Amino acid sequence: MDDPRGDMERHQPPPSLWPVAFAVGIVCLLVGLIVSWIVAAVGAAISVVFGFLWARDVVAAGRGEVPPEPVPAQVDDGPDTLEPEPAERFPRSVFLEASTLGLGAVIGGIATVPALGFAVLPAFLKQHSPEIDIGPINDFPQGQYVVATFLRNPSEGEISRRTAYIRNNGTVNGAPSFTCISNRCAHLGCPVQPGGPVFDSKKQMVKTKNGEVDLIPMLPAAGFICPCHGGAYDQEGNRTAGPPVRALDRYRFLIRDGHLILAGTYSVASVSGSGAQAKIHLYETTGPGQHVDGPEAWLYPVQPPH
Amino acid sequence: MARRKSARRQQLETAAMYPLDWLEERSGLVGGLRYFLFRKVPGDTNWFHTLGSATLTAFLVQLVTGVILAMYYKPDPQNAHDSIDHITNDVTLGWLVRGMHKWGASVFIILMFMHMGRVFLFGAYKYPRELNWIIGVLLLATGLFEGLTGYLLPFDQTAYWATVVAININGTAPFVGPFLASLLRGGAEIGPDTLARFYSLHMLLIPGALIGLITLHLYLVIRLGVTSPPWSDEAAGEGPPPKPSGARAGLVRPRPRAAVRGRPTE
Repeated sequence: MDDPRGDMERHQPPPSLWPVAFAVGIVCLLVGLIVSWIVAAVGAAISVVFGFLWARDVVAAGRGEVPPEPVPAQVDDGPDTLEPEPAERFPRSVFLEASTLGLGAVIGGIATVPALGFAVLPAFLKQHSPEIDIGPINDFPQGQYVVATFLRNPSEGEISRRTAYIRNNGTVNGAPSFTCISNRCAHLGCPVQPGGPVFDSKKQMVKTKNGEVDLIPMLPAAGFICPCHGGAYDQEGNRTAGPPVRALDRYRFLIRDGHLILAGTYSVASVSGSGAQAKIHLYETTGPGQHVDGPEAWLYPVQPPH
Repeated sequence: MARRKSARRQQLETAAMYPLDWLEERSGLVGGLRYFLFRKVPGDTNWFHTLGSATLTAFLVQLVTGVILAMYYKPDPQNAHDSIDHITNDVTLGWLVRGMHKWGASVFIILMFMHMGRVFLFGAYKYPRELNWIIGVLLLATGLFEGLTGYLLPFDQTAYWATVVAININGTAPFVGPFLASLLRGGAEIGPDTLARFYSLHMLLIPGALIGLITLHLYLVIRLGVTSPPWSDEAAGEGPPPKPSGARAGLVRPRPRAAVRGRPTE
């Protein structure tokens, strides 16, 4: 068989700078077409001259007229390299290898770390619960539950629509008391439904700072029931049946200028008593399906910011 | 010998083959492809061995239909559902491409499991193919994640609440769960960015990972060859037959005739 390199070498053009100059000429020509005809002419001249030189080289190489490359002198000292020499302690090749890898790692890090942070950090930073104005407290008749539907954050649009079940408990020591239950099931976050009639015909729409809030009176005689997996709760949000691991979450509330304002949620292990006299075992907001008390709560020691 | 070809015919053949020769000389790709397509496999492979290729085909269908769907889909909460309606009802052949993508997703997952079952029952995960089993398991998990992220995109009630439940199931994982859930949602609550996040995962990050893993998976299939069925008489591949015995874990019926035929009498 033929030595394959023989064929390759015949195809190889000699090293030459003419193509570079030719390329510069072409660039000059193209820039000149936009900038001025003088530049274009100079570019054309450069391209023609160096194009000719390049072509001449290539043709000459094709005829085999190019002298062979000078043979590097080191090739002959083969026997010397066989002598056992003490190895260099810090050879240049090791330095080059390390610096190449190191530089690559630094460049890779500079490119990757910010992108990774951009993908991950926004999910955990600047998380806050907006205050939600859901209208004058006079719209909430005492002792009756109301379905309140509102935008948690009007700038986010419909995606932030949330529902709370709110009951006016009257006053305790002169301060108004409300029960504001979140409709997010404590099992896996589906929307729980009132177990009883919802009086759609008595629906009120209240204009507030949060846009329109719908208030619909209802009578959750059987408490609250989740359509997804059958979790059931009593009227205070205590779990009575099904898979939920704790009671329903509640909203903190405050009253400002006669308006009821919801200010973030908290999680509830259980509630004893009812209405204004209820004793609530509350914890920081925790995801659905996660225990807040008992030994199972040890599985969820740290919560991401809510 | 065959008849001598006429000079003209030879010339024509050379001209026709020239582009392939050109490519082969510079890349070796033609030889590589030929090796891949015409490599030796055991003589008693059967239809069960095609489940892997079927899975790959299902994936390629998902890839092509997905790219086309992305031309019409709008990943933001206000428009997502309307754009799906538009694809299904207005765009020419949209119903077909969306249907292929929707049903093809289930086909892909089912085929992955069937392929996995075949490999398990044939004992094809054993030495030296353990690594390919591991890559296959990663492919399964990644494929399921692709299914999860794709499920939100139609953005109807089913999609939304199924995703809420799926994210919250992730949230119940011990210790890291709550953080995993926040990472998936892109925040403490599902918001306007959640859909775009799932879309990006579904069509860029996860398919990239799948393509990389499939490449590795195929590389190992080609490098290690295909296994014979466990009932095979034939040794897989060339070279000395593997040592008999437990390598096949009792899946082989005892064959007295093998003793007669295979071993020299002493």
